[in-house]
Amino acid sequence: MTTLVYLEHHDGELLKGALGVLGKAASLGEAHGVVLGSGIAGLAEEAGRFGATKVYVVDDPALEAPLPQPRVDAVAGLVQAQGVETVLFANSVLAADIAAALAARLDAGLNWQLADLVVEGDGLVGKQAALGDSVMVDVGWTRTPRLALFRTAAFDPVETGGQADVEPVSVSFEGFSVAARLVEHLQEEASGPSIEEAEIIVAGGRGLGGPENFTVIEELAAALGGAVAATRAVVDAGWYPYSTQVGQTGKTVSPKLYVACGISGAIQHKVGMQGSGVIVAINKDRNAPIFEFCDLGVVGDLHSVVPKLTELVKARRGG
Amino acid sequence: MKIAVCVKQVPEGTKRIDPATMRLDRSGEGALNPYDANAVEEALRVRESSAEGEVVLVSLGPASALDAIRKALAMGADRSVLVSDDAAAGSDLVATSYVLAAALEREGADLILFGQQAADSDGAVLWAAVADRLRLPLISQLADLAVEGGSVRGKRQTEFGYDVIEAPLPAVVAVSDAINEPRYPSLKGIMSAKKKPQETLTLAELGVDPSHAGEAGSRTTVLALGAPPPRGESRTIEDDGGAAGEIVAYLEEKRLL
Repeated sequence: MTTLVYLEHHDGELLKGALGVLGKAASLGEAHGVVLGSGIAGLAEEAGRFGATKVYVVDDPALEAPLPQPRVDAVAGLVQAQGVETVLFANSVLAADIAAALAARLDAGLNWQLADLVVEGDGLVGKQAALGDSVMVDVGWTRTPRLALFRTAAFDPVETGGQADVEPVSVSFEGFSVAARLVEHLQEEASGPSIEEAEIIVAGGRGLGGPENFTVIEELAAALGGAVAATRAVVDAGWYPYSTQVGQTGKTVSPKLYVACGISGAIQHKVGMQGSGVIVAINKDRNAPIFEFCDLGVVGDLHSVVPKLTELVKARRGG
Repeated sequence: MKIAVCVKQVPEGTKRIDPATMRLDRSGEGALNPYDANAVEEALRVRESSAEGEVVLVSLGPASALDAIRKALAMGADRSVLVSDDAAAGSDLVATSYVLAAALEREGADLILFGQQAADSDGAVLWAAVADRLRLPLISQLADLAVEGGSVRGKRQTEFGYDVIEAPLPAVVAVSDAINEPRYPSLKGIMSAKKKPQETLTLAELGVDPSHAGEAGSRTTVLALGAPPPRGESRTIEDDGGAAGEIVAYLEEKRLL
């Protein structure tokens, strides 16, 4: 079985989520990748080291800005020319738009929020986390091509050290696909690693009491070598930037360790972080829902527990 | 300026999938998808900022979806078009986008707005499929929006910050729920909503062949329902001053330090 994986990149690097999906594709059979952009030589070889045997490259100025529609033209052309039966995407703002438009263009089924994909008979079955993760659903496709969008960080990348054949492809774009244009990119101030790539996350909620108290969260994150995240409530209140928001309207993360400080654990937040390896929660309200799905819960005042924890971690790391 | 807003009715309260049909159980009370309220609000603001304009709601759903549509009419939308047909039940993305695109084509709006996701299917993709079918430019995840001189411009929220994007009208735009605070319908709005034009169309009336809708037009299928894997043993301790030490010991045991 050959599958095509959409390899999203940013700042000259393939995204970890896309490489994870590539590893999954390689485990199912032959994995091909597609890299789209402008001035992107080098990324294709990188994909070879993570399981791709062939990488199609479209290098075109029309693909410079991170906009979905010209990418739909490129991937659709490739699927039609190569008879691709399955295209896999790691979820992102950009990838979701590409996958959905491709579904319409190719009259192809798209299943999203997939946690896994398995071969059954001569077909594929997706494992979908549905209804706010309250139920896992087996989903299928009635025909090919099949399109699948995996939830954030569904798989870890696997470095195989292989080499990919690199095949340049040219594309002609639809008029409407290049009508939208990027006016400017506003980089958001981000200190530390992005939360979707982080292996350790320390998150703060309303229990912090105020934006100034995020320093205790930042200090623990720094001591652990992790990233800082926030709940929707504190982002809405303007205490912390949206780019750090975990939850249904923010990001879905699955670090090895998630330390939740002053977070009640509302379903809105839970769906964004319950895939974490180990969840440690510190909250003074013993009835907070987070204590129902954490691994280690501490009923206590975060303003006392968290700074002590930071000191102990620093001492442990230093010694 | 004609603005179409795509809205959806979602089940109120706890959602479940009916094991018999493998579809979302829509038998209970329904509500306007809360994310769509942001799109309706934004449409009303654009209409209010231009000399003249019309906001039309476009929806696909059962006849009971009129309840949700009336809430958006009460907010201030001018009229609604609901495509309702038994043959359209169970439509997936491919089928839903086909039917909606047909309804939108009929309206020929300058601006087509969507909310950022459906609260029931967690889908956040429909606009892109609709834009492709209508062959119109698309901008999604807009945290602000301005219509000026025949184009729409806004700030798109991504994982890497904000991209300011501009597209000529007509265009398809999906707004994030950070874009505004939807207004509550006034009593006057609620009273007048009942009298606003509310059109209900079958697939035949819309000119859509049933092979493009419902299960016939869908390319995905639900095979089986399961339960999420349960988490392991959980432990809760009270902080008596030593909790930080216990957390460190736990993290060491889990090889996380």
